[in-house]
Amino acid sequence: MSQLMWLAADGYNVTRRNLIKIKRMPELMVWVLMSPIMFVLLFSYVFGGSINVPGVNYREFLIAGIFAQTVVFGATYTGASLAEDMQKGIIDRFRSLPMTRSAVLVGRTASDIVYNVLSITIMSLTGLLVGWRIRTSFWEAVAGFGLLLLFSYAFSWVMATVGLAVPSPEVVNNASFMVIMPLTFVSNAFVPSDSLPTPLRIFAEWNPVSAVTQAARELFGNTNPLAPASEAWSMQNPILYTLIWVVVILAIFVPFAVALYKRAARK
Amino acid sequence: MNQVIRAEGLVKHYKEVKALDGLDLAVPEGKVLGLLGPNGAGKTTAVRILTTLLEADAGRAEVAGVDVAANPDQVRAMIGLSGQYAAVDEYLTGFENLDLFGRLYRLGRAKARSRARELLERFDLNDAADRPVKTYSGGMRRRLDLAGALVADPKVLFLDEPTTGLDPRGRVEMWEVIREMVAGGTTLLLTTQYLEEADRLADEIVVIDHGRAIAQGTADQLKDQIGGERVELVIESAANLGRAMETVNSFSTGEVVVDEQSRTLTAPVTGGSGVLVEVLRQLDSNSVKVLEFALRRPTLDDVFLTLTGHGAENGNSEQPQKKKVSA
Repeated sequence: MSQLMWLAADGYNVTRRNLIKIKRMPELMVWVLMSPIMFVLLFSYVFGGSINVPGVNYREFLIAGIFAQTVVFGATYTGASLAEDMQKGIIDRFRSLPMTRSAVLVGRTASDIVYNVLSITIMSLTGLLVGWRIRTSFWEAVAGFGLLLLFSYAFSWVMATVGLAVPSPEVVNNASFMVIMPLTFVSNAFVPSDSLPTPLRIFAEWNPVSAVTQAARELFGNTNPLAPASEAWSMQNPILYTLIWVVVILAIFVPFAVALYKRAARK
Repeated sequence: MNQVIRAEGLVKHYKEVKALDGLDLAVPEGKVLGLLGPNGAGKTTAVRILTTLLEADAGRAEVAGVDVAANPDQVRAMIGLSGQYAAVDEYLTGFENLDLFGRLYRLGRAKARSRARELLERFDLNDAADRPVKTYSGGMRRRLDLAGALVADPKVLFLDEPTTGLDPRGRVEMWEVIREMVAGGTTLLLTTQYLEEADRLADEIVVIDHGRAIAQGTADQLKDQIGGERVELVIESAANLGRAMETVNSFSTGEVVVDEQSRTLTAPVTGGSGVLVEVLRQLDSNSVKVLEFALRRPTLDDVFLTLTGHGAENGNSEQPQKKKVSA
């Protein structure tokens, strides 16, 4: 069998193993799926009243932002799981087996797609309950969900790299918080970026989280001429800009994570 | 003879710490080598290099004629490794763990499955086969981990401290399992902190300290070198230490070790309980009162005292400093 076939076979086996864990620890999923629901409710009913986006139904504006935020946060799970495997010595076991080197990471990120599909499903249902609607064609909606998943997949590799570089799962959570909080909050996910002071506005306009959010809004038909996207190229071409980020992230972090895995040692 | 495991001049640094300092090892086909040493002596580092988990800074290592640094994949396909920490997935069942390892060893689905069942049976884990490993006892996890190392029926096996942390019963069970295994002709490198374990399982023992081999030989040769059993006495009064030492020394086959603080004397003897009785009788007639006495087999600490003049420097144990006294 060719190298690629073996990678697929080994990756499949690792994915299977990761999914069994989700099955055995349903409580893990409950907490993870609760957080997007909490965010939808929090922003819809608590902050929503005071955030005024003129002429626009805030909940409709909000849901795409919550989608983007959740898939980015979800990537933390990839990093934490890898750090845990390393801590428990199971990575040592894998590294002593004649399997494809990158299969553990390919399997990990693949199983986290399943996990993201679950969380996006839950969020969509919650969104529909609070008044969010998809106003575009079926295929545009599919493209919107596809783009969110693609972005989350790329971001999983960033967190996989973090997970392999730090000594414990707790550190992954803390370290990623430092990155993810500014990325998700200094963006157009919760408020229109033109309401921000200039330096933050520029950051928000070129922030990949804003791009995914804007792309999702367009593909789900949640944009409104009364709240136009900013003039920046990134916001005028959010789909293309998101795809560029996906390619760049994968090109950097896949080789980086694989290199770290090869030298990984139990800490 | 055909050397299946061979290491020459292995050196490994972790920042300033020299974990291995020119270690040579050779294990002939079908034999068991015991790598004996305290914590931090470099045993695990040596195993990690031989099993391709770590690259050496200098020196070379071969498994079945294949260079571990040049062809790690080829080496991985031939070896089985079971480490100090049971590296099994605790959310998976025992069966799922072994099945997964079998698939990753590329045995194919059917073979992986039947091999998993076979090993669970052999390691007495049948009843627990479909329970998540989380529910296993320490001994069961270790057995499963060892079974994991055997999935592909490897020609060469590495066991890193297979009984550390097990209770005495678990240890004896593990010894039986390992003995059965090597009876089948597997070449084994085993690391341990217990002289008794090396004595029971290994054909040859290498004593390692600060990343270097300090003694090598069969268990018998090593025992000749360090003497047979130990007589250990605690006497009542420190004032009698000198007299007690003179008495004990006349029976000892080697040097008497005195720990003044605990008023303990340890001396290698031959002749078993008869000698102990003689020593006690003599001490009695010299009016030295004995609080405790024992006849025991030599420990790693005795080996180190004899070979290096200092006790086994176990990173985390705080034993009183003992010194060797020659009278």
